[in-house]
Amino acid sequence: MTPDEAREMIQAALLTVAPDAELGDVAPDADLREELDLDSIDFQAYAAELSKRSGLPVTEDDQRKLTTLAAGVTFLSRAS
Amino acid sequence: MPSLGADMDEGTVIEWLVKPGDTVARGDVVAVVDTSKAAVDVECFDSGVIEDILVQPGKAVPVGTPLATIGTADGATAKPVPVKPAAPAPAAPSAPAPSPKPRPPVAGPLVRKQAAELGVDLTGVRGTGRGGAITRADVQRAARPRTVTESPPRAKVTPYARRLAKELGVDLAQVVARDGIVRAADVRAVKPVPQAGKPAAPVVDRTATTRQATAKLMARSKREIPHYYLSTTIDMSVALARLAELNRDLPVERRVLPVAPLLRACARAAEKVPQLNGFWNSEGFEPGEVVRLGMAVSLRGGGLIVPVIANATDLGPVEMMDRVRDLVTRARSGRLRGSELTEATITVTNLGDRGVESVFGVIHPPQVALVGVGKVLERPWAVDGLLGVRPVVTVTLSADHRATDGHTGARYLEIVEKLLTTPEEP
Repeated sequence: MTPDEAREMIQAALLTVAPDAELGDVAPDADLREELDLDSIDFQAYAAELSKRSGLPVTEDDQRKLTTLAAGVTFLSRAS
Repeated sequence: MPSLGADMDEGTVIEWLVKPGDTVARGDVVAVVDTSKAAVDVECFDSGVIEDILVQPGKAVPVGTPLATIGTADGATAKPVPVKPAAPAPAAPSAPAPSPKPRPPVAGPLVRKQAAELGVDLTGVRGTGRGGAITRADVQRAARPRTVTESPPRAKVTPYARRLAKELGVDLAQVVARDGIVRAADVRAVKPVPQAGKPAAPVVDRTATTRQATAKLMARSKREIPHYYLSTTIDMSVALARLAELNRDLPVERRVLPVAPLLRACARAAEKVPQLNGFWNSEGFEPGEVVRLGMAVSLRGGGLIVPVIANATDLGPVEMMDRVRDLVTRARSGRLRGSELTEATITVTNLGDRGVESVFGVIHPPQVALVGVGKVLERPWAVDGLLGVRPVVTVTLSADHRATDGHTGARYLEIVEKLLTTPEEP
Protein backbone atom coordinates (compact mmCIF):
# COMPACT_ATOMS: atom_id res chain seq x y z
CA MET A 1 0.00 0.00 0.00
CA THR A 2 1.36 3.44 -0.88
CA PRO A 3 1.60 6.14 1.79
CA ASP A 4 -1.19 8.08 0.06
CA GLU A 5 -3.47 5.06 0.07
CA ALA A 6 -2.60 4.47 3.71
CA ARG A 7 -3.44 8.06 4.67
CA GLU A 8 -6.75 7.78 2.84
CA MET A 9 -7.61 4.59 4.71
CA ILE A 10 -6.61 6.14 8.05
CA GLN A 11 -8.76 9.17 7.37
CA ALA A 12 -11.78 7.02 6.46
CA ALA A 13 -11.29 4.88 9.60
CA LEU A 14 -10.99 7.94 11.84
CA LEU A 15 -14.13 9.49 10.39
CA THR A 16 -16.15 6.49 11.56
CA VAL A 17 -15.28 7.27 15.19
CA ALA A 18 -14.86 11.06 14.99
CA PRO A 19 -17.14 12.37 12.24
CA ASP A 20 -15.81 15.90 12.80
CA ALA A 21 -12.13 14.99 12.43
CA GLU A 22 -10.15 17.53 10.41
CA LEU A 23 -7.02 15.61 9.62
CA GLY A 24 -5.49 18.37 7.54
CA ASP A 25 -4.54 20.12 10.77
CA VAL A 26 -2.98 17.08 12.45
CA ALA A 27 0.82 16.74 12.38
CA PRO A 28 2.14 13.27 11.41
CA ASP A 29 3.69 12.72 14.83
CA ALA A 30 0.90 14.22 16.92
CA ASP A 31 -1.04 11.92 19.24
CA LEU A 32 -4.38 11.29 17.53
CA ARG A 33 -6.12 10.70 20.84
CA GLU A 34 -5.24 14.20 21.99
CA GLU A 35 -5.70 15.94 18.65
CA LEU A 36 -9.09 14.40 17.94
CA ASP A 37 -10.23 13.94 21.53
CA LEU A 38 -10.56 10.17 21.31
CA ASP A 39 -11.06 8.07 24.41
CA SER A 40 -9.87 4.48 24.72
CA ILE A 41 -13.13 3.12 23.33
CA ASP A 42 -12.98 5.43 20.29
CA PHE A 43 -9.37 4.46 19.76
CA GLN A 44 -10.15 0.77 19.95
CA ALA A 45 -12.92 1.27 17.37
CA TYR A 46 -10.42 3.08 15.12
CA ALA A 47 -7.91 0.23 15.40
CA ALA A 48 -10.66 -2.29 14.67
CA GLU A 49 -11.79 -0.30 11.63
CA LEU A 50 -8.22 -0.13 10.33
CA SER A 51 -7.84 -3.87 10.79
CA LYS A 52 -11.10 -4.51 8.95
CA ARG A 53 -10.27 -2.23 6.03
CA SER A 54 -6.68 -3.42 5.58
CA GLY A 55 -7.21 -7.08 6.38
CA LEU A 56 -4.22 -6.89 8.75
CA PRO A 57 -4.49 -8.30 12.26
CA VAL A 58 -3.90 -5.67 14.94
CA THR A 59 -2.22 -7.07 18.05
CA GLU A 60 -2.32 -5.25 21.39
CA ASP A 61 1.23 -4.07 20.74
CA ASP A 62 0.24 -2.76 17.30
CA GLN A 63 -2.72 -0.99 18.84
CA ARG A 64 -0.49 0.81 21.34
CA LYS A 65 1.73 1.99 18.48
CA LEU A 66 -1.06 3.27 16.23
CA THR A 67 -1.36 6.56 18.06
CA THR A 68 -0.01 8.82 15.30
CA LEU A 69 -0.74 9.25 11.60
CA ALA A 70 2.87 8.37 10.77
CA ALA A 71 2.64 5.15 12.79
CA GLY A 72 -0.58 4.29 11.00
CA VAL A 73 1.08 4.74 7.60
CA THR A 74 4.01 2.55 8.67
CA PHE A 75 1.65 -0.12 9.94
CA LEU A 76 -0.43 -0.16 6.76
CA SER A 77 2.64 -0.30 4.53
CA ARG A 78 2.86 -3.96 5.61
CA ALA A 79 -0.28 -4.61 3.60
CA SER A 80 0.29 -5.74 0.05
CA MET B 1 -43.30 11.44 30.18
CA PRO B 2 -40.78 9.28 31.98
CA SER B 3 -37.83 10.79 33.82
CA LEU B 4 -34.79 9.93 31.74
CA GLY B 5 -32.14 11.04 34.16
CA ALA B 6 -32.00 13.08 37.35
CA ASP B 7 -31.45 16.29 35.42
CA MET B 8 -34.59 16.03 33.28
CA ASP B 9 -37.63 18.22 34.03
CA GLU B 10 -39.46 18.01 30.75
CA GLY B 11 -39.27 16.26 27.41
CA THR B 12 -40.57 16.53 23.88
CA VAL B 13 -42.00 13.64 21.91
CA ILE B 14 -40.15 13.68 18.59
CA GLU B 15 -42.24 10.94 17.12
CA TRP B 16 -44.62 8.16 17.92
CA LEU B 17 -43.75 4.68 16.72
CA VAL B 18 -47.27 3.41 17.47
CA LYS B 19 -50.76 4.64 16.67
CA PRO B 20 -54.17 4.12 18.30
CA GLY B 21 -55.27 0.51 17.82
CA ASP B 22 -51.75 -0.92 17.88
CA THR B 23 -51.09 -3.76 20.29
CA VAL B 24 -48.07 -3.16 22.51
CA ALA B 25 -46.22 -5.22 25.09
CA ARG B 26 -44.35 -4.04 28.17
CA GLY B 27 -40.85 -3.04 27.08
CA ASP B 28 -41.73 -2.20 23.47
CA VAL B 29 -40.26 1.03 22.17
CA VAL B 30 -43.28 3.25 21.54
CA ALA B 31 -41.90 6.75 21.10
CA VAL B 32 -38.74 8.76 20.65
CA VAL B 33 -38.38 11.52 23.24
CA ASP B 34 -35.97 14.41 23.11
CA THR B 35 -34.49 15.35 26.48
CA SER B 36 -32.22 18.34 26.63
CA LYS B 37 -29.33 15.99 25.93
CA ALA B 38 -30.34 13.32 23.47
CA ALA B 39 -33.08 11.55 21.59
CA VAL B 40 -34.10 8.53 23.65
CA ASP B 41 -36.19 5.49 22.75
CA VAL B 42 -38.98 5.29 25.31
CA GLU B 43 -40.42 1.94 26.28
CA CYS B 44 -43.95 1.11 27.24
CA PHE B 45 -44.64 0.25 30.91
CA ASP B 46 -47.73 -1.87 30.23
CA SER B 47 -49.17 -4.29 27.73
CA GLY B 48 -52.42 -3.67 25.86
CA VAL B 49 -53.83 -1.68 22.98
CA ILE B 50 -52.98 1.97 22.37
CA GLU B 51 -56.21 3.93 22.76
CA ASP B 52 -55.22 7.55 22.61
CA ILE B 53 -52.11 9.55 21.90
CA LEU B 54 -52.34 12.42 24.41
CA VAL B 55 -49.18 14.37 23.61
CA GLN B 56 -48.46 15.29 20.02
CA PRO B 57 -44.93 15.41 18.61
CA GLY B 58 -43.17 18.71 19.09
CA LYS B 59 -44.80 19.69 22.37
CA ALA B 60 -42.63 19.88 25.49
CA VAL B 61 -44.36 18.46 28.58
CA PRO B 62 -43.24 18.05 32.21
CA VAL B 63 -42.01 14.72 33.53
CA GLY B 64 -45.03 12.75 34.78
CA THR B 65 -47.46 13.88 32.09
CA PRO B 66 -49.34 10.93 30.57
CA LEU B 67 -48.31 10.54 26.93
CA ALA B 68 -50.90 8.02 25.79
CA THR B 69 -53.54 5.68 27.15
CA ILE B 70 -53.39 1.93 26.87
CA GLY B 71 -56.51 -0.24 27.08
CA THR B 72 -56.51 -3.82 28.26
CA ALA B 73 -57.41 -6.51 25.80
CA ASP B 74 -61.12 -6.41 26.71
CA GLY B 75 -61.19 -2.68 26.21
CA ALA B 76 -62.64 -2.02 29.66
CA THR B 77 -59.98 0.11 31.31
CA ALA B 78 -57.63 2.69 29.99
CA LYS B 79 -54.31 3.21 31.66
CA PRO B 80 -52.21 6.26 31.09
CA VAL B 81 -48.68 5.43 29.96
CA PRO B 82 -45.90 6.10 30.64
CA VAL B 83 -46.86 7.71 33.88
CA LYS B 84 -45.57 8.44 37.33
CA PRO B 85 -47.88 7.80 40.26
CA ALA B 86 -50.16 10.72 41.14
CA ALA B 87 -49.67 12.47 37.84
CA PRO B 88 -52.51 14.88 37.10
CA ALA B 89 -55.07 13.84 34.51
CA PRO B 90 -54.26 15.34 31.15
CA ALA B 91 -56.49 17.72 29.26
CA ALA B 92 -58.15 16.12 26.29
CA PRO B 93 -56.06 16.55 23.18
CA SER B 94 -57.41 19.48 21.20
CA ALA B 95 -56.27 18.31 17.82
CA PRO B 96 -56.92 14.94 16.23
CA ALA B 97 -53.86 12.73 16.10
CA PRO B 98 -52.05 12.92 12.80
CA SER B 99 -51.47 9.42 11.53
CA PRO B 100 -48.02 8.71 12.95
CA LYS B 101 -45.55 7.14 10.61
CA PRO B 102 -44.63 3.71 11.96
CA ARG B 103 -40.91 3.41 12.39
CA PRO B 104 -39.50 0.02 13.17
CA PRO B 105 -36.76 -0.43 15.75
CA VAL B 106 -33.13 -0.53 14.66
CA ALA B 107 -32.69 -3.88 12.96
CA GLY B 108 -31.50 -5.02 9.57
CA PRO B 109 -34.70 -6.53 8.21
CA LEU B 110 -36.89 -3.77 9.64
CA VAL B 111 -34.67 -1.02 8.33
CA ARG B 112 -34.95 -2.65 4.93
CA LYS B 113 -38.72 -2.79 5.27
CA GLN B 114 -38.82 0.92 6.14
CA ALA B 115 -36.60 1.70 3.19
CA ALA B 116 -38.99 -0.19 0.95
CA GLU B 117 -41.95 1.76 2.35
CA LEU B 118 -40.24 5.07 1.81
CA GLY B 119 -38.94 4.10 -1.60
CA VAL B 120 -35.32 4.48 -0.53
CA ASP B 121 -32.64 2.55 -2.38
CA LEU B 122 -30.35 1.30 0.37
CA THR B 123 -27.38 0.94 -1.94
CA GLY B 124 -27.21 4.73 -2.09
CA VAL B 125 -27.46 5.27 1.68
CA ARG B 126 -24.34 5.93 3.75
CA GLY B 127 -24.63 4.15 7.08
CA THR B 128 -23.68 6.21 10.10
CA GLY B 129 -23.92 3.38 12.63
CA ARG B 130 -20.70 1.91 13.90
CA GLY B 131 -19.25 -0.31 11.24
CA GLY B 132 -21.25 1.54 8.60
CA ALA B 133 -24.56 -0.03 9.60
CA ILE B 134 -27.55 1.75 8.09
CA THR B 135 -29.87 3.13 10.73
CA ARG B 136 -33.46 4.34 10.50
CA ALA B 137 -32.23 7.90 10.67
CA ASP B 138 -30.06 7.25 7.63
CA VAL B 139 -33.06 5.90 5.74
CA GLN B 140 -35.18 8.86 6.75
CA ARG B 141 -32.53 11.33 5.76
CA ALA B 142 -32.24 9.61 2.41
CA ALA B 143 -36.01 9.86 1.96
CA ARG B 144 -35.97 13.60 2.48
CA PRO B 145 -34.55 16.46 0.51
CA ARG B 146 -30.93 16.79 1.57
CA THR B 147 -31.18 19.68 3.94
CA VAL B 148 -31.28 19.91 7.68
CA THR B 149 -34.11 22.38 7.82
CA GLU B 150 -36.53 19.82 9.23
CA SER B 151 -36.25 17.97 12.48
CA PRO B 152 -33.30 19.79 14.01
CA PRO B 153 -32.93 17.35 16.92
CA ARG B 154 -31.98 14.55 14.54
CA ALA B 155 -29.69 16.54 12.26
CA LYS B 156 -26.04 16.08 13.12
CA VAL B 157 -23.72 19.04 13.08
CA THR B 158 -20.12 18.55 14.01
CA PRO B 159 -19.02 20.76 16.90
CA TYR B 160 -16.36 22.38 14.75
CA ALA B 161 -18.92 23.14 12.04
CA ARG B 162 -21.22 24.63 14.67
CA ARG B 163 -18.48 26.92 15.96
CA LEU B 164 -17.53 27.90 12.44
CA ALA B 165 -21.14 28.64 11.56
CA LYS B 166 -21.38 30.90 14.60
CA GLU B 167 -18.17 32.70 13.71
CA LEU B 168 -19.12 33.18 10.08
CA GLY B 169 -22.71 34.05 10.86
CA VAL B 170 -24.02 31.15 8.82
CA ASP B 171 -27.54 29.93 9.57
CA LEU B 172 -27.17 26.17 10.02
CA ALA B 173 -30.65 25.66 8.57
CA GLN B 174 -29.27 26.89 5.24
CA VAL B 175 -26.41 24.43 5.19
CA VAL B 176 -26.70 21.47 2.86
CA ALA B 177 -25.25 18.34 4.41
CA ARG B 178 -23.78 16.00 1.87
CA ASP B 179 -24.57 12.86 3.79
CA GLY B 180 -26.65 13.93 6.74
CA ILE B 181 -23.78 15.31 8.78
CA VAL B 182 -23.01 18.99 8.53
CA ARG B 183 -19.25 19.46 8.38
CA ALA B 184 -17.07 22.53 8.32
CA ALA B 185 -16.70 22.37 4.54
CA ASP B 186 -20.49 22.44 4.17
CA VAL B 187 -20.65 25.54 6.35
CA ARG B 188 -17.93 27.25 4.34
CA ALA B 189 -19.87 26.50 1.15
CA VAL B 190 -22.72 28.71 2.35
CA LYS B 191 -22.48 32.43 1.84
CA PRO B 192 -23.30 34.07 5.14
CA VAL B 193 -26.34 36.33 5.17
CA PRO B 194 -25.70 39.29 7.44
CA GLN B 195 -28.64 39.84 9.73
CA ALA B 196 -28.00 42.92 11.80
CA GLY B 197 -29.22 42.44 15.35
CA LYS B 198 -31.40 39.49 14.45
CA PRO B 199 -30.91 36.09 16.00
CA ALA B 200 -30.39 33.19 13.66
CA ALA B 201 -33.24 30.86 12.83
CA PRO B 202 -34.08 28.61 15.76
CA VAL B 203 -31.72 25.65 15.64
CA VAL B 204 -31.73 23.35 18.63
CA ASP B 205 -28.38 24.00 20.25
CA ARG B 206 -27.76 20.75 22.03
CA THR B 207 -24.58 22.07 23.59
CA ALA B 208 -26.43 24.87 25.35
CA THR B 209 -29.35 22.75 26.58
CA THR B 210 -27.06 19.99 27.81
CA ARG B 211 -25.00 22.60 29.63
CA GLN B 212 -28.13 23.93 31.34
CA ALA B 213 -29.30 20.48 32.43
CA THR B 214 -25.88 19.68 33.88
CA ALA B 215 -25.66 23.10 35.52
CA LYS B 216 -28.98 22.63 37.28
CA LEU B 217 -28.22 19.14 38.60
CA MET B 218 -24.70 19.96 39.75
CA ALA B 219 -25.79 23.18 41.46
CA ARG B 220 -28.48 21.22 43.29
CA SER B 221 -25.93 18.61 44.33
CA LYS B 222 -23.50 21.14 45.75
CA ARG B 223 -26.33 23.06 47.44
CA GLU B 224 -27.86 20.03 49.14
CA ILE B 225 -25.16 17.41 49.55
CA PRO B 226 -22.37 17.77 52.10
CA HIS B 227 -19.66 15.94 50.14
CA TYR B 228 -16.65 14.26 51.67
CA TYR B 229 -13.76 13.03 49.55
CA LEU B 230 -11.36 10.09 49.80
CA SER B 231 -8.62 8.90 47.53
CA THR B 232 -6.42 5.86 47.13
CA THR B 233 -3.81 4.73 44.61
CA ILE B 234 -3.98 1.13 43.46
CA ASP B 235 -1.37 -1.12 41.85
CA MET B 236 -2.88 -2.34 38.57
CA SER B 237 -0.20 -4.83 37.56
CA VAL B 238 -2.25 -7.89 38.55
CA ALA B 239 -5.41 -6.64 36.82
CA LEU B 240 -3.55 -5.63 33.65
CA ALA B 241 -1.66 -8.93 33.45
CA ARG B 242 -4.99 -10.70 33.63
CA LEU B 243 -6.33 -8.48 30.82
CA ALA B 244 -3.33 -9.13 28.59
CA GLU B 245 -4.00 -12.85 29.00
CA LEU B 246 -7.68 -12.44 28.16
CA ASN B 247 -6.98 -10.18 25.18
CA ARG B 248 -4.55 -12.54 23.48
CA ASP B 249 -7.48 -14.58 22.23
CA LEU B 250 -9.80 -11.70 21.40
CA PRO B 251 -10.08 -9.75 18.14
CA VAL B 252 -9.22 -6.06 18.42
CA GLU B 253 -12.87 -4.94 18.48
CA ARG B 254 -13.62 -7.07 21.55
CA ARG B 255 -10.44 -6.52 23.58
CA VAL B 256 -10.98 -5.60 27.18
CA LEU B 257 -9.72 -2.16 28.21
CA PRO B 258 -8.72 -1.30 31.80
CA VAL B 259 -12.06 0.47 32.28
CA ALA B 260 -13.84 -2.90 32.46
CA PRO B 261 -12.06 -4.38 35.51
CA LEU B 262 -12.20 -0.95 37.16
CA LEU B 263 -15.97 -0.68 36.68
CA ARG B 264 -16.44 -4.27 37.84
CA ALA B 265 -14.51 -3.58 41.01
CA CYS B 266 -16.51 -0.40 41.66
CA ALA B 267 -19.79 -2.29 41.22
CA ARG B 268 -18.82 -5.26 43.33
CA ALA B 269 -17.52 -3.06 46.10
CA ALA B 270 -20.83 -1.16 46.07
CA GLU B 271 -22.60 -4.47 46.62
CA LYS B 272 -20.41 -5.11 49.66
CA VAL B 273 -20.94 -1.60 51.05
CA PRO B 274 -24.69 -1.11 50.51
CA GLN B 275 -24.67 2.17 52.49
CA LEU B 276 -23.15 3.82 49.40
CA ASN B 277 -25.46 2.19 46.87
CA GLY B 278 -28.87 3.86 46.73
CA PHE B 279 -30.73 7.12 47.17
CA TRP B 280 -31.13 9.91 49.69
CA ASN B 281 -34.75 11.04 49.88
CA SER B 282 -37.00 12.81 52.38
CA GLU B 283 -37.14 9.67 54.53
CA GLY B 284 -33.36 9.35 54.66
CA PHE B 285 -31.28 6.71 52.92
CA GLU B 286 -32.97 4.11 50.77
CA PRO B 287 -30.63 1.31 49.66
CA GLY B 288 -30.76 0.14 46.04
CA GLU B 289 -31.99 -3.42 45.52
CA VAL B 290 -29.15 -4.19 43.11
CA VAL B 291 -26.16 -2.25 41.84
CA ARG B 292 -27.16 -0.17 38.83
CA LEU B 293 -23.87 1.42 37.89
CA GLY B 294 -24.11 4.82 36.22
CA MET B 295 -21.24 5.55 33.87
CA ALA B 296 -20.52 9.16 32.95
CA VAL B 297 -19.93 9.36 29.20
CA SER B 298 -18.65 12.56 27.66
CA LEU B 299 -20.30 13.51 24.40
CA ARG B 300 -18.29 14.72 21.44
CA GLY B 301 -18.70 18.46 21.42
CA GLY B 302 -19.34 18.73 25.14
CA GLY B 303 -21.73 17.55 27.79
CA LEU B 304 -22.25 14.37 29.75
CA ILE B 305 -24.75 11.58 29.60
CA VAL B 306 -24.96 8.83 32.20
CA PRO B 307 -26.15 5.47 30.87
CA VAL B 308 -26.70 2.72 33.42
CA ILE B 309 -25.15 -0.75 33.57
CA ALA B 310 -27.89 -2.86 35.12
CA ASN B 311 -26.81 -5.83 37.26
CA ALA B 312 -23.25 -4.63 36.96
CA THR B 313 -22.10 -7.13 39.58
CA ASP B 314 -23.02 -10.13 37.44
CA LEU B 315 -20.85 -9.30 34.42
CA GLY B 316 -17.48 -10.88 33.67
CA PRO B 317 -14.73 -8.64 32.25
CA VAL B 318 -15.47 -9.42 28.59
CA GLU B 319 -19.22 -8.98 29.09
CA MET B 320 -18.62 -5.76 30.99
CA MET B 321 -16.45 -4.43 28.18
CA ASP B 322 -19.05 -5.36 25.55
CA ARG B 323 -21.74 -3.61 27.60
CA VAL B 324 -19.62 -0.48 28.12
CA ARG B 325 -18.67 -0.30 24.45
CA ASP B 326 -22.29 -0.70 23.39
CA LEU B 327 -23.58 1.94 25.82
CA VAL B 328 -20.86 4.47 25.00
CA THR B 329 -21.36 4.03 21.26
CA ARG B 330 -25.11 4.42 21.51
CA ALA B 331 -24.89 7.29 23.99
CA ARG B 332 -22.79 9.19 21.47
CA SER B 333 -24.98 8.33 18.50
CA GLY B 334 -28.14 9.25 20.44
CA ARG B 335 -29.71 5.81 20.55
CA LEU B 336 -30.24 4.90 24.17
CA ARG B 337 -33.40 3.44 25.62
CA GLY B 338 -35.21 5.17 28.44
CA SER B 339 -34.59 2.27 30.81
CA GLU B 340 -30.86 2.65 30.19
CA LEU B 341 -30.86 6.16 31.62
CA THR B 342 -32.78 5.73 34.84
CA GLU B 343 -32.21 4.77 38.45
CA ALA B 344 -28.46 4.51 38.70
CA THR B 345 -27.67 3.62 42.32
CA ILE B 346 -24.04 4.83 42.18
CA THR B 347 -22.06 6.55 39.41
CA VAL B 348 -18.50 6.21 38.15
CA THR B 349 -16.66 8.89 36.22
CA ASN B 350 -13.67 7.67 34.29
CA LEU B 351 -11.87 10.87 33.40
CA GLY B 352 -8.59 8.99 33.49
CA ASP B 353 -9.37 8.04 29.96
CA ARG B 354 -8.81 11.70 29.10
CA GLY B 355 -5.47 11.82 30.82
CA VAL B 356 -5.98 13.16 34.33
CA GLU B 357 -4.41 11.43 37.26
CA SER B 358 -7.35 11.78 39.63
CA VAL B 359 -10.89 13.16 39.58
CA PHE B 360 -13.06 14.17 42.54
CA GLY B 361 -16.57 14.20 41.16
CA VAL B 362 -19.87 15.80 42.11
CA ILE B 363 -22.53 13.35 43.32
CA HIS B 364 -25.61 12.93 41.09
CA PRO B 365 -28.59 13.37 43.40
CA PRO B 366 -30.45 11.46 44.69
CA GLN B 367 -27.46 9.10 44.74
CA VAL B 368 -25.08 9.24 47.68
CA ALA B 369 -21.73 8.41 46.10
CA LEU B 370 -19.65 9.00 43.02
CA VAL B 371 -16.45 7.14 42.20
CA GLY B 372 -13.71 8.84 40.19
CA VAL B 373 -11.22 6.78 38.22
CA GLY B 374 -8.02 8.41 37.00
CA LYS B 375 -5.50 7.46 34.35
CA VAL B 376 -3.45 4.28 34.66
CA LEU B 377 0.14 5.56 34.92
CA GLU B 378 3.53 3.98 35.41
CA ARG B 379 4.93 5.13 38.75
CA PRO B 380 7.71 4.17 41.13
CA TRP B 381 6.13 1.80 43.64
CA ALA B 382 7.52 0.08 46.69
CA VAL B 383 6.76 -3.62 47.08
CA ASP B 384 8.28 -5.68 49.90
CA GLY B 385 10.93 -3.03 50.57
CA LEU B 386 11.98 -2.81 46.93
CA LEU B 387 11.29 0.00 44.52
CA GLY B 388 9.91 -0.92 41.11
CA VAL B 389 7.86 0.63 38.34
CA ARG B 390 4.20 -0.37 38.37
CA PRO B 391 1.05 0.71 36.53
CA VAL B 392 -1.08 2.46 39.14
CA VAL B 393 -4.47 4.18 39.15
CA THR B 394 -5.95 6.69 41.57
CA VAL B 395 -9.53 5.88 42.55
CA THR B 396 -11.48 8.48 44.52
CA LEU B 397 -14.79 8.52 46.30
CA SER B 398 -17.09 11.50 46.73
CA ALA B 399 -19.78 10.58 49.21
CA ASP B 400 -22.78 12.17 50.92
CA HIS B 401 -21.94 12.81 54.56
CA ARG B 402 -25.64 12.71 55.45
CA ALA B 403 -25.75 9.05 54.42
CA THR B 404 -22.31 7.79 55.47
CA ASP B 405 -19.15 8.70 57.32
CA GLY B 406 -15.61 8.60 56.04
CA HIS B 407 -15.04 5.24 57.68
CA THR B 408 -17.62 3.61 55.40
CA GLY B 409 -16.16 5.36 52.37
CA ALA B 410 -12.69 4.16 53.29
CA ARG B 411 -13.96 0.60 53.52
CA TYR B 412 -15.39 0.94 50.02
CA LEU B 413 -12.06 2.03 48.53
CA GLU B 414 -10.26 -0.75 50.40
CA ILE B 415 -12.57 -3.31 48.82
CA VAL B 416 -12.06 -1.80 45.35
CA GLU B 417 -8.31 -2.14 45.88
CA LYS B 418 -8.60 -5.70 47.13
CA LEU B 419 -10.71 -6.72 44.14
CA LEU B 420 -8.22 -5.23 41.69
CA THR B 421 -5.07 -6.60 43.32
CA THR B 422 -6.17 -10.13 44.18
CA PRO B 423 -4.98 -12.55 41.48
CA GLU B 424 -8.23 -14.55 41.51
CA GLU B 425 -10.22 -11.42 40.88
CA PRO B 426 -10.12 -10.21 37.28
